[in-house]
Amino acid sequence: MTTFEQRVSAAKAIQDALPDAVERLYEFRGDVTLVIKSEKIVDVCRYCRDTDGLQFDMFSGVTGVDYYPDSPRFALVYHLYSMRNNISLELKAYLDDETPSVESVTSIYPAANWFEREAYDMFGIQINNHPDLRRILMPQDWEGHPLRKDYPLGYETVQFSFNFDEINKHKPYAKE
Amino acid sequence: MTRLDESQWEGDLETLKGLVSDRAFAGETMVLNMGPQHPSTHGVLRVLLELDGEEIVNCAPDVGFLHTGIEKTMEAKRYEQAITLTDRADYLNNLGNNLVFCLAMEKLFELDVPPRAQYLRVLLAELTRINSHLVWLGTHALDLGAMSMMLYCFRERERVLVIFEMLSGQRMMTSYFRPGGVWRETVPEFEPAVRDFLNYFPAKIDDYERILTENPLWLDRTQGVGFISAEDAIRYGCSGPTLRGSGVNWDIRKAMPYSSYEDFEFDVPVGQHGDVYDRYMVRIQEMRQSVRIVQQALDRLPDGPFRSNNRKYVPPPRSELGHSMEAVIHHFKLWTEGFRPPKGEVYVRVESPRGELGCYLVSDGGPKPWRVHLRTPSFAHLSALPVMTKGYMIADVVGIIGSIDIVLGDCDR
Repeated sequence: MTTFEQRVSAAKAIQDALPDAVERLYEFRGDVTLVIKSEKIVDVCRYCRDTDGLQFDMFSGVTGVDYYPDSPRFALVYHLYSMRNNISLELKAYLDDETPSVESVTSIYPAANWFEREAYDMFGIQINNHPDLRRILMPQDWEGHPLRKDYPLGYETVQFSFNFDEINKHKPYAKE
Repeated sequence: MTRLDESQWEGDLETLKGLVSDRAFAGETMVLNMGPQHPSTHGVLRVLLELDGEEIVNCAPDVGFLHTGIEKTMEAKRYEQAITLTDRADYLNNLGNNLVFCLAMEKLFELDVPPRAQYLRVLLAELTRINSHLVWLGTHALDLGAMSMMLYCFRERERVLVIFEMLSGQRMMTSYFRPGGVWRETVPEFEPAVRDFLNYFPAKIDDYERILTENPLWLDRTQGVGFISAEDAIRYGCSGPTLRGSGVNWDIRKAMPYSSYEDFEFDVPVGQHGDVYDRYMVRIQEMRQSVRIVQQALDRLPDGPFRSNNRKYVPPPRSELGHSMEAVIHHFKLWTEGFRPPKGEVYVRVESPRGELGCYLVSDGGPKPWRVHLRTPSFAHLSALPVMTKGYMIADVVGIIGSIDIVLGDCDR
């Protein structure tokens, strides 16, 4: 079997075993993605890791995507890899528009810890039951979630002598 | 921006809850802040250490000091412009980062890459690996007190940088790989320069090994330090030399060959003990294997075009612009509005000098990427640092951080 066929058959096996968790399966350019219900993510991950023939033991990461203005707006993509079978698989969970939240998979894959913190930091996706949910890349007191599409790319105005005081007034200096 | 709340200040006891044990609150253990301006943290890494005497009870890495918003900026640039941002993320693996982004684009566009470009990419990716490992070896050995290594390694690295400059005009921020191939044809001095380097470099690796491999001081500082088991290494998402040092034979160049790595003969060095020393040995052996790959790539470098002929994505050669109207149109379209790839998303992995480097690319059909995520090895490795440091001495932290070869630009992006 080629790598691609292996990926498809592994994804089909998961789809057959967990029909109420998996919504659909699609492939694009050789990548196989399972769209799953976000509330079932822990079950699916546990099944992927523990089932013989799948053994997705390596957690490569989780990525947030903001599809604004589409709905559902947010998605989390989990990249799994099986070291024994040399198969990779993407799990995709679409999340609610207003209050995106999902269960943490750190109990299954400890590697997910920082990646989930990044998704929280960058997209404001609430990760439930995460052991240490804090911002990771941005400062702790930062407002907003930078990788959301409605978060503007900021530029700093250049301070010249004529407008120095005006701009300085609005600068977010750390105050006592 | 609102005024900072007292409780949000770092260093406040409340913010430490969950990071350090209760013994720290009772005053039995000491909490020590290391970094972010500590020279041995290889950049701007802050580590919060809880110490019982000199023994480490807890370790909490704090990253983000070098966060430059590269992923956000890439969404605002066209695909071709975004390439220049990738080599600024991991500044020691510049061509490797170009490669992963180009591979992701090519996978999305279904763009062919001619064999010459593929071999050139392999050759340069391996030179980049040597470059990165040399910086790692120099700084890692410097951290542990072997100062001369730094000078030797940077002397050899200079030759690699000269080769990069020869090809791309830049020593570090190369941006030499483009979708469909490479930026331009190699210069005539390129081949002799690489051959010179190949003749010169293996003897230098022997020199490094003569200084370090059996040096009792080096062994004392590295053997049995920073242990991580194979199971833990996989569970915590380690990859590359950090994983192979624990005895797991997994290399993406072998497992999922990309850019014609399947044509090359090389071994994957694997350690046994999962300590600092084994990770050191794996990287030293990897440099020798990289020399082998570069040698093969140079000997068998095919003739032919250096980039794809697909004019929807690759600009036409300059010579055609004078007489071909179509070439002018393509050129104009590419440089004014860029190309419009199909909708979809792809994930590509490559083996960077540090481990698994992934690129998740989402396209909405427009000329700018909708979302680019770089899955970087340093990020995953740093999250495993608490596992590696637990129970060791404070002086070992420096060696352990060095042994996972972090680049904070890679981690924070």
